[in-house]
Amino acid sequence: MSTRTCRPFLLAAVLVAGTALGAGDVALEKANIDPGNVNSLQRGAANFMNYCSGCHSAKYVRYKTIGKYLSLSEEQLIDNLMFNAEKTFETINTAMPEAEAERWFGKVPPDLSLVGRAKGADYVYSFLKGFYVDPASPTGVNNHVLQHTSMPHVLWELQGYQAAVYSEHTETDAEGREVTTQHFEGFEPVTEGRLDAEDYESFVRDTTNFLAYIAEPIRSDRRKLGVWVLIYLLVFLIIARMLKKQIWKDVK
Amino acid sequence: MSDEDMDRIDRNRRHFLTVATAVTGLAGAGLVAIPFLSSLKPSARAQALGAPVEVPIDSLAPGEMVRVLWRGKLVFILRRTEAMLSRLGENDSNLRDPNSDVAEQQPEYCANETRSVRPAYLVVEGACTHLGCAPLEDFEVRPAESWNGGFFCPCHGSKFDLAGRVFKGVPAPTNLRIPPYRFVRDDLILIGQDTGAA
Amino acid sequence: MARIEAEVGKPKGGFMKWIDDRFPFTSTMKYHATEYYASKNFNIWYVFGVLAMVVLVIQLVTGIFLTMNYKPSAEEAFASVEYIMRDVEWGWLIRYMHSTGASFFFVVVYLHMFRAMLYGSYKKPRELIWIIGMLIFFTLMAEAFAGYLLPWGQMSYWGAQVIISLFGAIPGIGDALVEFIRGDYSISDITLNRFFALHVIALPLALVGLVFVHIVALHEVGSNNPDGIEIKEHKGPDGVPLDGVAFHPYHTSKDLVAIIIFLMIFSSVVFFAPEMGGYFLEHANFEPANLRATPEHIAPVWYFTPFYAILRAVPDKLWGFILFGLSVVLPVFLPWLDRSRVKSIRYRGWMYKSALTLFVISFLGLGWLGTQPADGVYVVAARILSVVYFAFFLLMPYYTSIDKTKPVPDRVVYHG
Repeated sequence: MSTRTCRPFLLAAVLVAGTALGAGDVALEKANIDPGNVNSLQRGAANFMNYCSGCHSAKYVRYKTIGKYLSLSEEQLIDNLMFNAEKTFETINTAMPEAEAERWFGKVPPDLSLVGRAKGADYVYSFLKGFYVDPASPTGVNNHVLQHTSMPHVLWELQGYQAAVYSEHTETDAEGREVTTQHFEGFEPVTEGRLDAEDYESFVRDTTNFLAYIAEPIRSDRRKLGVWVLIYLLVFLIIARMLKKQIWKDVK
Repeated sequence: MSDEDMDRIDRNRRHFLTVATAVTGLAGAGLVAIPFLSSLKPSARAQALGAPVEVPIDSLAPGEMVRVLWRGKLVFILRRTEAMLSRLGENDSNLRDPNSDVAEQQPEYCANETRSVRPAYLVVEGACTHLGCAPLEDFEVRPAESWNGGFFCPCHGSKFDLAGRVFKGVPAPTNLRIPPYRFVRDDLILIGQDTGAA
Repeated sequence: MARIEAEVGKPKGGFMKWIDDRFPFTSTMKYHATEYYASKNFNIWYVFGVLAMVVLVIQLVTGIFLTMNYKPSAEEAFASVEYIMRDVEWGWLIRYMHSTGASFFFVVVYLHMFRAMLYGSYKKPRELIWIIGMLIFFTLMAEAFAGYLLPWGQMSYWGAQVIISLFGAIPGIGDALVEFIRGDYSISDITLNRFFALHVIALPLALVGLVFVHIVALHEVGSNNPDGIEIKEHKGPDGVPLDGVAFHPYHTSKDLVAIIIFLMIFSSVVFFAPEMGGYFLEHANFEPANLRATPEHIAPVWYFTPFYAILRAVPDKLWGFILFGLSVVLPVFLPWLDRSRVKSIRYRGWMYKSALTLFVISFLGLGWLGTQPADGVYVVAARILSVVYFAFFLLMPYYTSIDKTKPVPDRVVYHG
């Protein structure tokens, strides 16, 4: 890399080193996923299988379930989404062996079946958009949403690399001392990826949409059924109330 | 309207509403029961574990038998020799159900002389129809005992021929069960499914 | 003579006579339903007892079906819950009904208890009903606590870790007690298995038994009412209280309406918002228990938060534990702390009304504070509200005896 490209990396490194970010205090970007958009989910499924399933399992999810919900034929399902499984009733497992993963990354890449519910769509979305250059890290990157993540920036070819920009604030604390804190301002692109910013956002949104879906596949069915249940109960309520009024008619 | 008339109308209305409430309530109770009872059906995992089993038979020589598990049950796949097949008809008078009349014991496409899709291969559940023990192979022909080869159950002495048909005079009541199966290719049998793609 | 009286009114029909000759069926129906008279002026506050029974039935039935598929081992528990949610047909519905039911149980029970505070339902001759009810409440808290460990999520594990280690505050026996509860040197598979036994059989049995006894005690003295008047004091020539109506069909038909409305609210949550913003199903619990990583904010489930806030408000570990226990137990003594001659709030003076209002504010406020991190202004607020909470009970003998009450009518107020 030339000195010119190095400069923002160095800037980032210095700033990041002085960062004092409160854990869990990160403002998350809104994912704005559309759970009803089947095309988005189909793309998200393909994204997941292509970019994530190499290391991450979704071991509670069966291919069959996804195939049915995304209106895929068995052939389409097998051809596009099943890489290390043969039967559609199988669950999404990863080929990455756990022992090796722990050695290479320091941590086994967590299963992603429920991350959409445990952390929320906004978190996942912000996380996938939140990788920035950090020479102090063994992977060369850090993540704004999860500091010191062991995960490399697997989507670097699509997004390119970005640097985190900080501003300094000097305050006087309760004891009259001057305290300098770093304030995260935003990201600055460093290298270009194959996708422009908007397309990358779509990519991440689709993937987040898919992860939100697999966290609770039954979601749309339960909401539909709920409407019918409430209608039935309303009818029952009307009849029961009429009966009650009739029985209580003569009570003075 | 007189007081009696009012009372009568009130009673009738009350009766109607009581019935209406009861019917609506019972209908609801019935509907609520459905999810609970359905949850007792085999789950997706049970269905996955009970999925059809593929058995390659390319290395099965005539006279050889292989055992596989399907839905927790033993299934025997025997490649019958020409000699075995020719002797099948000789047992008929000693068999309880030579023509596979008991329909539950085999799919209708196996209700034939060889009780199979292709004569050469016998695919049969390895569970004696008496009390479920696994029968043993006894393919040696012993003319002195009028034994043309077949299966022998060690638990209570039931005997079956090389098409899994039960002999008379033994405790087992019916022929060995033939599971649903089909040939995916000439060298691949799929046990547990007889239609559609693999 | 008693024998002839009992036989009067018995049906002559064949089948029912066969049953009644061998079992007190018709007489029980009469005593507890068709000839149990309760006041005609019950309002909405009187609905929560039967709703609590409905929720109990929901929890028992859904619980049975969950137990058919749940695995009570540290290795398999979390996965078995996902198995129920995804692989078992309709398993998701059974699970959501159970998790929603747990929270609704406490909503209903708190409102049910509040009714007693509004109308003096714990006062003589109903003290025992109240005590049994408090025992039900304690059993319910234990049942919910044990149940929450079962999914073996992050919050299950760490919430249990925090609450069980509280008992270590007891001087002398504390540490041994904690180890005894856990059955191991830290919360483990062993703890999970025994909490499973408690949650599935021991505590439900106790709960059902206590509910039975609670209703027997109630029927012995008869129900209270919003005016706090004893309706048995004014009976007609036929011996029926003038202000009473038979439980069946009057209160049964009225309760049915309430039950349906309740089921509509319940279903709305089950089908449209089972997580309830993370309060009914906590987000951290969608991650399997990780013994090496504590979640950022450990909070008990919302229904324990008022008492948890009191615990945290006290800077000392032992005293925090003591006051936490006291805050749960103190309501037992209401029948004796309350010195008013008048039962219902309708006829009490401004002192009790203000005190009760402050109590509600403190309970709700503490509840909310229990979900927040314990620092800064939150701690100060929790301390103030804790004082209010205890003052409500401890000062009650004083302000209820000097409170100026209104004259109580003879007959109930009913507007048809």
